[in-house]
Amino acid sequence: MEKIKKIRAYLQDPYETKILFNDIKNLFVTIVRIAIIVGVSYVILSPLIGMFVNAISSTKDAYNPMVFVIPEFPTLERFQLAFTRLDYLPTMARDLAYTITTTLVQLLICSMVGYGFARFEFPFKKFLFACVVVMIVIPTHTIMLPLYLTFRSFDPLGLMTLIKGAPLNLMGTVAPMYIMSFLGCGVRSGLYIYIFNQFFRGLPKEIEEAAFVDGCGTWYTYFGIMLRNAMPAVITVTVFSIVWQFNDTFYAKLFLISENVVISKKVSSLQATIANLDKVLDPNIQELYLDAGILLVILPIIIIYLLLQKNFIEGVERSGIVG
Amino acid sequence: MKKKKRLTLLQKRSISGYMFILPWLIGFIVFYVRSLIMTSQFAFSKLSVDTVGGGFTLENVGWENFHYAFRVHASFKQVLTTSVLNMLIDVPLIIFFSLFIAMLLNRKFPGRAIVRAIFFLPVILNSGAIQAAMDLSATMMAGGISDQAAEVAASAAGTLAFDIDYLMDMFVSLGIPATLLDYIVQAVGRINDIISASGVQIVIFIAALQSIPSSMYEVAKIEGATGYETFWKVTFPMVMPHIITNVVYTIVDSFTQSDVVDLAYDVAFNQFNYGLSSVFSLVSTIITCIILVVICGIIQKRTFYYN
Repeated sequence: MEKIKKIRAYLQDPYETKILFNDIKNLFVTIVRIAIIVGVSYVILSPLIGMFVNAISSTKDAYNPMVFVIPEFPTLERFQLAFTRLDYLPTMARDLAYTITTTLVQLLICSMVGYGFARFEFPFKKFLFACVVVMIVIPTHTIMLPLYLTFRSFDPLGLMTLIKGAPLNLMGTVAPMYIMSFLGCGVRSGLYIYIFNQFFRGLPKEIEEAAFVDGCGTWYTYFGIMLRNAMPAVITVTVFSIVWQFNDTFYAKLFLISENVVISKKVSSLQATIANLDKVLDPNIQELYLDAGILLVILPIIIIYLLLQKNFIEGVERSGIVG
Repeated sequence: MKKKKRLTLLQKRSISGYMFILPWLIGFIVFYVRSLIMTSQFAFSKLSVDTVGGGFTLENVGWENFHYAFRVHASFKQVLTTSVLNMLIDVPLIIFFSLFIAMLLNRKFPGRAIVRAIFFLPVILNSGAIQAAMDLSATMMAGGISDQAAEVAASAAGTLAFDIDYLMDMFVSLGIPATLLDYIVQAVGRINDIISASGVQIVIFIAALQSIPSSMYEVAKIEGATGYETFWKVTFPMVMPHIITNVVYTIVDSFTQSDVVDLAYDVAFNQFNYGLSSVFSLVSTIITCIILVVICGIIQKRTFYYN
């Protein structure tokens, strides 16, 4: 009786009621928020979970309709075969070497160009920067044919004809990608130039003035001082560049880059390879091997991302990617 | 008398400026300006590549390729319109979804780092070959993988899940326009695509939200604004400039991944009809640019710039 009276008195006090309602409201909002976050996270992760489950389930599990998510007889056999058929370690090493070197080139060139636009005054600057924006906006497929023809008979200023007597055919090699990256036109270079430009504009001018007074040349100021202060932008661009270069299929297809270098190309033919070489005839079982192969392919990228992710999000927040 | 003209400091600075952007400038002229001119040239000609030397010959055919693309080709118009429509449907959804998620993630809560890592995963997994294979495995999540199992699952879902048609009927009789309802149902159906396309946008919006000075929220609180009012009067105007960035990014991204690109690639490198492929690329690029200009113009008018 005492208790009920107390609660009644409590409820009749308008101030206390308001606090109580607020608490209930807050609790409700928190629950909804958690539900949304968990739900969306599930949608994002479900394909990954599904692939992993498929990759570890044995043939018995595959034919058993009662098995859901947790296989009865887990096996690593799918990974083993996919590992061999992908020629995993050498191919992945080649692909990572290719990806990381292009990323380094991109970092060097794009940061230089971004710095040039951010800190120097020169004629036609506004117009040229508009060209950078045009580069971001124009879809790459508009220029794919001329690119193909250019690199099919690569002959800058007639030099190749002069030396070798005939233009060079660069199709099937990784050279076109390096050349394009060196000239600031690689995979999404425009975006990286933009990011670096925004970041350098945000750095205080006093640093450079001090360097200039102390007798620093332009290049030393750039490499020794500015680039070291641009770590957030560098990390942002590194993550973007590694991920997009690794996942790129457009240029890989266009330049006919060998599947021994681009592993994501190799994985698309994995199913056929396993069907023909290992005589796995049921398409459903072939899928399991494909899933294992895909997991193997995205593994290094996920590891790199997880290592850099904390710095990356901070970098994006600080580097003013948004302008 | 030695009369050597010395450069002023300003001229020196502008020369080193050019030195810094030189690599890009060469690349832009060689790969972009030249290529764009070549593409428009190809669109008006019949191109044949020499099998031996690697050179090519052009034969001017006027508007024939355009005629062929729009009057004769079986699927171009269809593919183009579906791509454009899909894009127009997706853009507002992606923008609002990513803004919403960015606001959720911007608050402090336990486990925020993990959740942020998860939300950026779609960007990593967004590769052509991997995507196709993942879609397949997503549909197979339903339990077991044999067709039989899928059938069983489907029939089970039919009895267990609530009746969506019933719900739709209810909303229609409530007076909600059917087109709006269709749009929402479609959006929910494509939640997977929308989430996987909005990774970068979420990151951009998080950065934008971080850059709003907290004093503004304090003022709003002191003046007694509710959360709803704070969103529309403070948060939304402040992220408005970044909405343009995101719209541009979304449109370009959805176009580079659309079927038109695949069609253009297929026509060029499997059917060796280079002129037609150039027409496809050119037309879709022009349409993208028009859409970009129109949408950005509309948003720009309503945008509030803080600085």
